[in-house]
Amino acid sequence: MNNNGNLLEVKDLRTYFQTEDGLVKAVDGISFNLKRGETLGIVGESGSGKSVTNLSIIRLVPDPPGKIVSGEVVFDGQDLLLLSNESIRRIRGRRIAMIFQDPMTSLNPFLKISRQLMEMTQLHLGHSREQAHEHAVKMLETVGIPDARERADNYPHEFSGGMRQRVMIAMALSCEPELIIADEPTTALDVTIQAQILELIKRLKQETGTSVILITHDLGVVAGMADHVIVMYAGKIFEQARTTELFATPGNPYTKGLLRSVPDPSAEQGKLYQIPGLPPDVAHLGPGCPFAPRCDRAEEICHREFPPFVQLNADHCSLCHFAEEVFAESGGKTSDTVQK
Amino acid sequence: MSTHESIANPAVPPPRPVDEEPLIAVRNLKVHFDLGGGGFIDRFIGSNTEKRVVKAVDGVTLDIYPRETLGLVGESGCGKSTLGRAILHLIPPTAGEVIYRGQDLAHLSGKKLREQRRHLQIIFQDPYASLNPRMTVGQIVGEPLDTFHLARGKQAEQRVQELLETVGLSKRFIKRYPHEFSGGQRQRIGIARALAVDPDFIVADEPISALDVSIQAQIMNLLERLQRDKHLTYLFISHDLRAIRHVSDRVAVMYLGKLVELADAKAIYAEPLMPYTKALISAVPVPDPEIEANRQRMVLEGDVPSPINPPTGCRFHTRCPYMIEACKEVVPQLVQIKPNHHAACIRISPDQPNIEDVSPGAAPGLDAGQHS
Repeated sequence: MNNNGNLLEVKDLRTYFQTEDGLVKAVDGISFNLKRGETLGIVGESGSGKSVTNLSIIRLVPDPPGKIVSGEVVFDGQDLLLLSNESIRRIRGRRIAMIFQDPMTSLNPFLKISRQLMEMTQLHLGHSREQAHEHAVKMLETVGIPDARERADNYPHEFSGGMRQRVMIAMALSCEPELIIADEPTTALDVTIQAQILELIKRLKQETGTSVILITHDLGVVAGMADHVIVMYAGKIFEQARTTELFATPGNPYTKGLLRSVPDPSAEQGKLYQIPGLPPDVAHLGPGCPFAPRCDRAEEICHREFPPFVQLNADHCSLCHFAEEVFAESGGKTSDTVQK
Repeated sequence: MSTHESIANPAVPPPRPVDEEPLIAVRNLKVHFDLGGGGFIDRFIGSNTEKRVVKAVDGVTLDIYPRETLGLVGESGCGKSTLGRAILHLIPPTAGEVIYRGQDLAHLSGKKLREQRRHLQIIFQDPYASLNPRMTVGQIVGEPLDTFHLARGKQAEQRVQELLETVGLSKRFIKRYPHEFSGGQRQRIGIARALAVDPDFIVADEPISALDVSIQAQIMNLLERLQRDKHLTYLFISHDLRAIRHVSDRVAVMYLGKLVELADAKAIYAEPLMPYTKALISAVPVPDPEIEANRQRMVLEGDVPSPINPPTGCRFHTRCPYMIEACKEVVPQLVQIKPNHHAACIRISPDQPNIEDVSPGAAPGLDAGQHS
């Protein structure tokens, strides 16, 4: 069906919200591809549109007030936006699974852990009760719940935060999905537990070959997990590159600012770089670059005209009037084999 | 600058003499929460037969020196926020002393305590929950001036304007309400309120955790500037080890109610001694793909145990890869392992500070008789 190795192709996706404050263009013309077996990191601050992007992919945007106004989400050759509600439901959980930030609110407090896991395979794989229960126990073992057989009959409140997140991962993996969307999967967890969960996702990804979209605000998490990174700001992709390249030679002032504003534990203390100002009000954006009011190299044109999405090399793009200059300043090299 | 400011903050020469008196001395501080259980009726019914106590802070001894930032890190439930609040007596300690300028706060009566508290302020984590939504910014920031009779009328208004400018907010905001502001701006309002009374000491309890990355840097820089300008002393509580490293002079690590390591920020990151600190530091994701790819992580097994009836001996022994039998019984004391570097672990000693070099099963700290 798909011969270019892309599991997911998102093309010019736009999701708008009708609010009292006016039309909010939460996601405004996003395009990206995800290859099989790859991990894509999506980084951005609150309100940048990273979560809405992913809710749009699985068609879980609350409507109203939200609406996917245009675009394509081609998953394994099928445009998900054209499917009936019935068909998308068969893909959700089965072929595309989700892991959310807060495992307490995404588990049903009244149902035993086993019951919640069994539901998945009974529904999607047609397991019998016994098969489903066995499978649930096996999945809990896979994600490292000690005494899985006994613990399977516990209720969510009897599990710690880290264990609940393991349950969510077990649930996400139980139908062997081709794509996992993890929205801030470790944000609610402690550092040592975060390390456990990230190691677990990495290991399971290697074993199953699943593709992962990892949404996070933590650049450190992305650095260790993702093959490609997308940086979002005000509903737009500001920069897109291979992870190593994005961190080594960013081509966008916003990315540069973000990278510099994270304290580096190995470096000397001193004044921390700060991006001035506040994230923009997405309901009231001007004609120019949404980052221009906070950008230290903004010029007159930035406030007047929307910046172009500049292709810096084969897989590196940046939304900036001065993308090439910024890229060159951070030592980036435009490859000779740039394809249009 | 108003007159009371110069009284509260006498000009002090910036470099700190080594043998300086601590501004705040915490001595064997304990905060226990009784969850009930174990009473006559409980035993009669047969449920809750054991008495359950959360030892949120269990014997912490600590000095905080003038104009330093002491970082306090630990995972959720380790008692770091409770410790911060107990130091200010916002939560009454179960036992122990908090000595501020030579006075034990525990022995002060309500009125005296309130007077002293003027010098001790707190900034909260959640700027959404900690500001009264029905008060204007001017009222929020000005309220402490009124409470402590520091300024009135025109003078108070002028002072509020000064405070807002100090924290980087426009004085036009004075008549607005908290909901009109973003998280970072609200945190600035909270900081302005804490500064209104010219404190010496501020407990910053997770002040940046609820904020976006780009805003976190702004607030950290603001706190640092204020510290320089106003000679403030901070206890900076956070679970974010990168932020702690950046703002702190010294760092204290807490695990289940106890301090397990205390040293200069640089030393604790470069060469952590106690196994829990090692794991904590190694768990921090570094925003550099090359480092991340080649990194050997020390990933701990299991979860943080419940603080209700925590493990015996060393509280970390249930997850510690270096655990020996004695760790289950002996409670390790915080002892100096290297100059100005304290750690609580029986498996290391000043002679053998690196746990990797200690022969298997040996407990040099125990042999040196440093632990109880």
